[in-house]
Amino acid sequence: MENESKSLWAHAWDSLKKDKTAVFSMTIIGIYVLLAILTVTGVIASDWSKEVGASYLPPSLENPFGTDIFGRSVLLKTLKGVEMAIAIGCVTAIISTVIGVLFGLTAGYFGGKVDEVIVWFYTSQASIPGIMLLFAIMFVLGKGTSTLFIALGITSWIPLCRLVRGEVMRHKEREYVQAAAALGAGNRRRMLKHILPNIFHIVIIQFSLRFQMAIKSEVILSYLGLGVQGAPSWGTMIDDSKLELSRGVWWQLGAATFAMFFLVLALNLLGDALRDALDPKLKGKA
Amino acid sequence: MNLWSYVIRRLLYTIPIILGVCLIIFAIFNLSGYDPAQTLLGKHATAKQIMEVRKELGLEKPLVQQYFDIVKSAFTLDFGRSWATKQNILDMIKEGAVPSLTVTIPAFLISTITAILISILVAFNRGKFIDKYLVVKFVGMMSIPSLAYILFFQWFFAYKLGWFEISGYEHGFPDFIPYTILPVIIMVVLSIGPDVRYFRTVILDDIYQDYVRTARAKGLSETVVLLKHVLKNSLIPIITYVVIQIPFLILGALLIESFFSIPGLGGITVKAVFDNDFPVIKAMTVLFAISYIVFTLITDILYTVVDPRVRLK
Repeated sequence: MENESKSLWAHAWDSLKKDKTAVFSMTIIGIYVLLAILTVTGVIASDWSKEVGASYLPPSLENPFGTDIFGRSVLLKTLKGVEMAIAIGCVTAIISTVIGVLFGLTAGYFGGKVDEVIVWFYTSQASIPGIMLLFAIMFVLGKGTSTLFIALGITSWIPLCRLVRGEVMRHKEREYVQAAAALGAGNRRRMLKHILPNIFHIVIIQFSLRFQMAIKSEVILSYLGLGVQGAPSWGTMIDDSKLELSRGVWWQLGAATFAMFFLVLALNLLGDALRDALDPKLKGKA
Repeated sequence: MNLWSYVIRRLLYTIPIILGVCLIIFAIFNLSGYDPAQTLLGKHATAKQIMEVRKELGLEKPLVQQYFDIVKSAFTLDFGRSWATKQNILDMIKEGAVPSLTVTIPAFLISTITAILISILVAFNRGKFIDKYLVVKFVGMMSIPSLAYILFFQWFFAYKLGWFEISGYEHGFPDFIPYTILPVIIMVVLSIGPDVRYFRTVILDDIYQDYVRTARAKGLSETVVLLKHVLKNSLIPIITYVVIQIPFLILGALLIESFFSIPGLGGITVKAVFDNDFPVIKAMTVLFAISYIVFTLITDILYTVVDPRVRLK
């Protein structure tokens, strides 16, 4: 069967494979994920907290990114930071995706009063600038890595919810949903088995966006002393460097920014490539 | 429907939103189990002291009363006093607004105008090398965290090269200028990437519309099509995007102000987070939200004046 028609996903995968930028960014993200797995399992960078030399040694062959105030290797800290960045990106994106999809599906599908309440709620929340809401929640819940995940997650679900709601409203009257209803599918089945797969491209695109925004937000929170505690993160490393730069110590800022740059860039480019591959509206356009 | 009934309906719609915002703020600050009295007094406070402070802060009132206190503060802008400085918060806000604006207005004007010009250039050359190059360049710029820009620019241009003041502020024109140049440059660098990306999408969205095809079919040149037809239509989403940034101008740039010791609202907010200054954080959250709602309202009304189709919906 050569002429078998391909699904949206197969099409998307084909065009992603042809897109050099997409392949490049997926490779970069793959490398970061691999590094995160290696540090979690302790294969590399497990002794990041060990003193390897004097305080603030400049980069050398032995310590490619120099050392920090406690004489720890900045390279190992940066590597250990990959783990935290991937964790922050992943957990936050999952939290915000689950909330966004749940509310978006419910509002779009049921409409009426339910829709009004959900729209009212997210319009209200969206009126509070995200960064202030983040401060407020972190302030009230206290410092800590799990608080960080929760705060970043519950402040970033609204764009996805809006998009999902809009798409579900367009889809729920379509023939395939009516057919499912005629076959006796209940509301939940129609929502999750029939509509959700058809709008899932939005979820994926938004996921990559949330992922990189969470990593960037962690830096701002670190500056306010609300960031990751007890483990190295790129945010705390960049924040530390505010006292180091005047002494000419640039390597901690350099290493963390460098590491973050490639991951966030890859996620940004992948997000764009995914949109081109998955959004049928844009197909064939420059 | 005429314009006035739309405006009135739109105005009424802000009431549930303001109540909703206050409800969220109330839930965060008053219902989450967080006790500001504990923060204020520290770990070694006696039960009696805590009781007294709670009474003073109005935390012993019924919850409904506490909620309406927040709603009231949204309208009267009376937020009480700061814990850290004992100043009236409304006075702090009034003092902080001007320094914020001296940084944000120039930055906003420069970045918006530059971004629109670049987007037009990019739209002219869509798909060509310069378009791809600039898009990748701006995505790259957006991939560097804002704090890294601030740190690097301050260290390199102010500290190392000595071109600008490292930090500080002086009130009054033109005394503030030497202190605000570098913060303005950083803000422009930070906002130009997202701006160009958004404007480019808006302009490109319009380029594929039927009316553009008609204009081309009539034999109009690409320049006329882009500048007369496309740009006119793209202006509406661009204006919305720009107007909605205005409340953020008054509120300033959080990190930049804090870093360069500019006594604006952004700096005040960051300092409040450092100091655990509960009333100020709460006040700023209410203030940010209310100004956002007001400017969304203004944008929506402007929208209907400019584009009558909106009213028909």
